[in-house]
This record gives sequence, structure tokens and C-alpha cells, in this order.
Amino acid sequence: MTAAPVPTSDTVSSSSRSKSAVYGWVIAGLVLTIVLGALSLVVGTTSLMTSLRWLLSPDSQADTVLWQIRLPRTCGAWCAGALLGLGGAIAQGLFRNPLAEPYLLGTASGAALGVTLCLLSADASLLSLAWFGQLGVIGAAFIGACAAMLLTLTLARGVLQTANLLLAGVVVSFLLSAVTELLLLSAPNVWRTLQSFLLGTTGFLSWRSVVLLGISLVLTVIPALLLSRGLDALTLGEETAQSLGLSLPVLRVSFLAILSLVTAVSVGQVGVVGFVGLVAPHLVRQLMHVNHRGLLLMAPLMGGLLLQSADLLSRAIWSPMDLPVGAVTACIGGVYLVGLLWRRSHGR
Amino acid sequence: MGVSSVARLLCLSLLVSLMPMTMGWAGVVRDDRGQVVALSHSPQRIVTMIPSLTEIVCGLGECRRLVATDQYSNWPASVVDLPKVGGLDDAVIETIVSLKPDVVILTRSERTTTRLAQLGIATFVLNTERYDDVSRNVVRIAELLGVSAQAAILNAQIQSSVDTVLARAHWSDKKRSPLVYFEVDSAPYAAGEASFIGELLSKLGARNVVSASLGAFPKLNPEFVVRQNPDVIMTLPSVGVPLDSRPGWNTIRAVREHRVCEFTTTGRDLITRPGPRMAQGLELMSDCLAKVAP
Repeated sequence: MTAAPVPTSDTVSSSSRSKSAVYGWVIAGLVLTIVLGALSLVVGTTSLMTSLRWLLSPDSQADTVLWQIRLPRTCGAWCAGALLGLGGAIAQGLFRNPLAEPYLLGTASGAALGVTLCLLSADASLLSLAWFGQLGVIGAAFIGACAAMLLTLTLARGVLQTANLLLAGVVVSFLLSAVTELLLLSAPNVWRTLQSFLLGTTGFLSWRSVVLLGISLVLTVIPALLLSRGLDALTLGEETAQSLGLSLPVLRVSFLAILSLVTAVSVGQVGVVGFVGLVAPHLVRQLMHVNHRGLLLMAPLMGGLLLQSADLLSRAIWSPMDLPVGAVTACIGGVYLVGLLWRRSHGR
Repeated sequence: MGVSSVARLLCLSLLVSLMPMTMGWAGVVRDDRGQVVALSHSPQRIVTMIPSLTEIVCGLGECRRLVATDQYSNWPASVVDLPKVGGLDDAVIETIVSLKPDVVILTRSERTTTRLAQLGIATFVLNTERYDDVSRNVVRIAELLGVSAQAAILNAQIQSSVDTVLARAHWSDKKRSPLVYFEVDSAPYAAGEASFIGELLSKLGARNVVSASLGAFPKLNPEFVVRQNPDVIMTLPSVGVPLDSRPGWNTIRAVREHRVCEFTTTGRDLITRPGPRMAQGLELMSDCLAKVAP
């Protein structure tokens, strides 16, 4: 765990202290996740009493609503938030920029373009678009995100230049958004669907989505944790990292691959949920001192909790209507972060 | 003054007040902003900025006065080839001005009306969201165009078509009126009782899962639809998430028993436009209910 090659008694004790602190937080986070998950069973379009009665004596509708709708929805939201939290921590570490977020490389605009093409294919009788319609919104978002990422990497001519990558990401974002806007001019009726996608939506998460999101989470968190030392070394600068014997290209390609998978899967399932990826790592850093290993473990947990609570609020605030989960996330995450910063600046 | 002279005076004042009507041109007409639109002559060059109002102008038999429409107006066929001047909020002001219209008929859009007013172009703003707006807009536009006599004819035609459809609505003989969920968009946005579509559904005697208190087009928690368990689902053309692949939706009666109508794009135009063709929209919904309602 410790980065020091020769452990002294001092580093060992501080490292084991921070290690146990991180595990303490991990356990607290998991407990909170379970509490929120249980709470999600009684939050929906019914009154609390009805929900409790359903829990005690379920009928067939209760089974559907509680176990086919509410529970997968909250589990899916947690997994998607966790993916975004992981993506944010990776992006900020890799680009050494506290403002970096998972959609940095154009994935959000790519996904939006994919969804637009998919929605247009229903309206227009364009044969070339027909196969996009077959993909469905989820598939189209996934493919759009991956394509945008590839375009960014191509424009940046590889992965080595951070500045090139960021610039290419910004250019690709603007370019693809512009294409989306132009397409929307021809079919304004798809605007509403696209908008709900752009604001994030957890309404249709099913067990199948949860399995997909969960598998992706496991497949990304484990390699990220194994490679976390590389991000620690990168904080000292690229040259220092190389002098420590790290292969920068391998490190970057691996993390970019994880980042792509994380954003493409989450954007496909819940749309573009802003802010979680940006704010989750910051919240973790405000709570504790961690190296990247701790961060890559805690940021997914924090992201998951954020999106899970946002999902709960989005169903509860204006029931039976659904608020856009992305907007709710920004509200709670933003307020919480400002609170933490304020507390810190006032010496507590 | 005797009774006969009072009667004579009344007759005279009635005649005077009717004169502009009989001549057709009212001169001064008030729009839905409460603004008086004063024109020196009956407008001959008209631009319409929303399909339902285009259709009313043409329904009054005055299609030839149109010099341009918004890009979505597509009925009657004669308006398809007219210059298109964008949408309501992204109107191509330059083209509108270059066409030198006497008046632009549109619905509320602060940006467009303000800019047109600055450029000295008269605007006539009408609300066009509800069922009752249709007959009112027919009268208003007829007054503006100086063809008031046409208004009564067109309104009578619309009303009789609506009555015919309502009289034919077979399913209404059945015991229970069907509970309908009308999906405007797969987000899912629904058409509630407070929307024009919802009003058409109510006319057909169907019950809507979305009450008026939720607003015209609320974005629903999908769970709500599952709980309401509608008998019939109607959708506008859209590719979002298919109904039967949404979690829990295959338990909804309408989905389980395939009581779903998806309208075509032509159907969408008929159902969503509060204009002279609304009886056809009503008929589409009525046919749907006749076919699939339990």
C-alpha cells in the first residue's frame, strides 16, 4: 500500500492508520448504501403506508413495483454512479487536473449524437439510419460514446500528450454537439427524448441493466486498483514517473480504456449524468487523506451513493412525476461540496 | 321619444355595429395578448408560424394569402411549396421581412414578436393549445382577414365532424370506459387531461391515467403507469425504449393483451394540432379504442 520502497516504522504506522481509516469509510459507505437501498423500496408513487403494507403482505402488483422496478432502479443508479465516480477519479489523476471529469474525451456528445441518430431513424425513412434504430437508445449511446473516444484519440494522435488529448476532447465535444444540433433542426420532435437523456434518467433501469453495470464495475475497478500506483507516481510529474520505471504509454492506454468503458456503459444506461464524476473524488478528498488506491476505492462508493440518493429524491420530490436525476445530483453534490469547503475554510 | 323611435334607433345602431362585419373587414382586432392589431386594409400577405394556425387560414379558404409558413406546416398540400421561415422560436426574421407581410400570425414567442415589432411588422398572437382555442381562433383569424361569414361555416363544419365521430364511438356502449395512457414520448412524457390530446380523449369518454393536476405533459415515474394499469396505451411515433422491455411493464394490461396503438406521423399531426382537422384526430383515437379497448 505504501509508496515508500523501504518502509520505516513511522511510514508503516501512518500507512496502516490511513488504511484502516479508508476501510472504515468503505464500511460506512456500504452500510449507507444498504440503508438507502432499503429506503428505496418505500419511495415511489405510492404513499409510505401503502409501500409498507406491500412489504408486509405483497400482492402481484407489489411484487412488480418493489422488486422489478424500485430495487433494480436503485441498484442500477448506484452502479452507474460508481462507474462515474471511478471515471472521475481516473480522469483527474491521469490528466492531473482537478476539473477533469469522465466525459472529458467527448463521450457525452458522442452518446448524444448516437441517441439522436437512433431517434431520427424512427421518423425519417432514411435507410442508412435504419440499423441505428435497431440498436435502441442504449446501444446507440454506447456506440456513439466509443466512437467519440476513438475520434478524440485519433485527433490527439495517440495518448501521450495530455494537452493534445484534452484539446482534442474539447474539439470533438463541440463538433459532435454541433452535428446533433443541426440534426435536431430537421426533427424537433425528438428533442424532448434527447433532453431527458441529456439530463440523466434512471426510470427504466432493469435487473438486466444492473447486471451489465455491475459486471462493468467489477471489470474496471479491479484493474484500476492494480494500476493505482501509476497515478500516484504521475502526481510527481511525467518525467519522475518514468524515472520510477513506469511505462507511461501502457499506463495511459490502460486507464483510457477503463475510462472509455466506464463512461460508455454508464451513459448508455442512465444518459449523461453530469457532476457525479467531477464531484465524487473531491468529496472523498475532503473527507480523508488518500492515495490513489484509496481514492479509486472510495470515489466509486461516493459516486454510487450520490446517484442513489439523487434517484431517491428524483422520485420523491414531485411524485408521481420524475425529476431529471442529473439535475438532482448537481444540487445535492454541489451543496454538499460547498458545505465541506466552507467548513474547511473556517478551520474545522 | 316614442317606442317606435327607440326601436328605430336600436335598429340603426345594430346596423352600424354590424356594418364592418357585413363588409367583412373589422379594421381593428384584438389578439390574445390583449393587444389591438390595427391594419389599414384587410391583410393580403400573411405569414403563419405554427401549423394549426396555417390550417385555420386555409380552412377559411384564404390559403392564397399566405406568402410563407413555418417549416412544420405541411397541410394542405398547397402550403408545402411556400417559402419556409423556420420554427416559432428560431424564425428566419430576414426572410419574413423580405416577404413584406401585412401580418404574421403566430402563438406566443417573446423573441420573435419583439424582433418583428422592432422591424415594423404587425403580429397577431393567438393561444393554440386547447380544444376551445380552435373555434375562437377561427373567429379571430376570420375577423382579421375580413371573412367573418366564413368563420361560422368552418366552425359548424368542424363541430359537425366532431359530433359525427363522437356519435360513432361504438366502444362507449360498453360498461366501463377504458383507462388510457397516452405517451407523447418514451422519456416517458404523458399527455394529461389538461392537454389538447387529453381533452380529445375525455370527449371520447375515455379516462386518462394522468389527471389535470399533474399538468399538460408531465414526465412520469414509469412505476406510476404500472400501478395505474391502463387498459389501452396510445403512443406517438418514437423509438425510445419499447413498452414491453421496460421493467415491470409487461404486467400492464394494455401491454400484456396488446391493446396498444402507435400512431403514424400523419396521425401525430392530426392528433396534436388544435386546428380544423381535429375531428380526424379524434376519429383516429376513436378507431383505436374501438379496435383494442377491452
